[in-house]
Amino acid sequence: MHEISLCEGILQILEEQGREHGFTRVRAIWLEIGTLAAVEIEALRFGFEVVCRDTLAAGAALHIEEVPGQARCLACAGEFSLSHRHAPCPRCGGYRLEVTGGDEMRIKELEVE
Amino acid sequence: MCTVCGCGEGETRLEGEGKGHDHEHAHSHGEGAHHRHDTHHYGRGPAHAHAPGVSQTRMVRIEQDILARNDAYARANRSRLARAGILALNLVSSPGSGKTTLLTRTLRDLQGEMPLAVIEGDQETVNDAEQIRATGVQALQINTGKGCHLDAHMVGHALDELRPKAQSILFIENVGNLVCPAAFDLGEAQKVLILSVTEGEDKPLKYPHMFHAADLLLLNKIDLLPHLDFDVARCEEYARRINPEIPILPLSARTGEGMESWYRWLRLARESRLLGRTPLAGETA
Repeated sequence: MHEISLCEGILQILEEQGREHGFTRVRAIWLEIGTLAAVEIEALRFGFEVVCRDTLAAGAALHIEEVPGQARCLACAGEFSLSHRHAPCPRCGGYRLEVTGGDEMRIKELEVE
Repeated sequence: MCTVCGCGEGETRLEGEGKGHDHEHAHSHGEGAHHRHDTHHYGRGPAHAHAPGVSQTRMVRIEQDILARNDAYARANRSRLARAGILALNLVSSPGSGKTTLLTRTLRDLQGEMPLAVIEGDQETVNDAEQIRATGVQALQINTGKGCHLDAHMVGHALDELRPKAQSILFIENVGNLVCPAAFDLGEAQKVLILSVTEGEDKPLKYPHMFHAADLLLLNKIDLLPHLDFDVARCEEYARRINPEIPILPLSARTGEGMESWYRWLRLARESRLLGRTPLAGETA
């Protein structure tokens, strides 16, 4: 459900950028979504299509780059990639981790006219 | 469109507010359905495509967080609350965790001691706000309609309406949902997660995002433990896998057991917010 809110957020940014950069149509959009960001990619795609109907981004191609989770172990200082928030450190088995990447939700680039 | 901030959410209703906010929002919805039948719509789809070789497309690099707008509203709420010395707590849980019962008991027990206020978020009904107001504490209901969480923008408008007193504790009861509210900063000082022992001890592993975002875990309904297989130690272990430093307070809002620790936590959090701050003009201690 909150994927719809995210899509509304994306559309607001597109409309603002359209005013700022003087474009009236978005052809394609590149997003970066972390695998730990709790975003369901399929729901986001569906929501994007629905939210953008009859807007400057109607029919725009949505390219999504998934960014893998990264963490640092606070016990052994090991750095590794993390598939779930509750996964232990692969080196020492500890759970005291600091997530260092993979929770981003960003718009990177647009193709506009 | 809202004249204050240009907002366009059509589903949200602020209790008692018909003026100047809701009315113009309706237009942003329903248009899609209307236009779908309109095959003569200009500027849509392939009909608008350019001839090969004369494309005017260009690339724009923007590098913006999708939630940037919410986060900007949240920052504005946070600094406004900090200036007034208000401790805002975002209460999150699944539906049925006993959040409203916990809150009404807290309000009854603490309202003689310090100013309190409540923002209630639910999809529908003003039942919870009415229940809160029955305690004598000021409360405002936000109905999110189809929305599954409160956002910083709704809370900003609720603050305008509610005007909580300086130095108060403001409880923001979020929509019962352990998923979406984790992503939306409201400008609160801290997130308090309420988990009841009737829910299963592996909730922290199932909803790690929320447990990761929380600053305090209240384990509610412990009076029911004798009737359940719930393993408190295991639940705590799971919660700390996700959030190693999280303080956990077991309590029962029904019997009152453990509530004193929660109140101590509230007093300390409020105290640390007030210590060393510059009072607003005209504010009394």
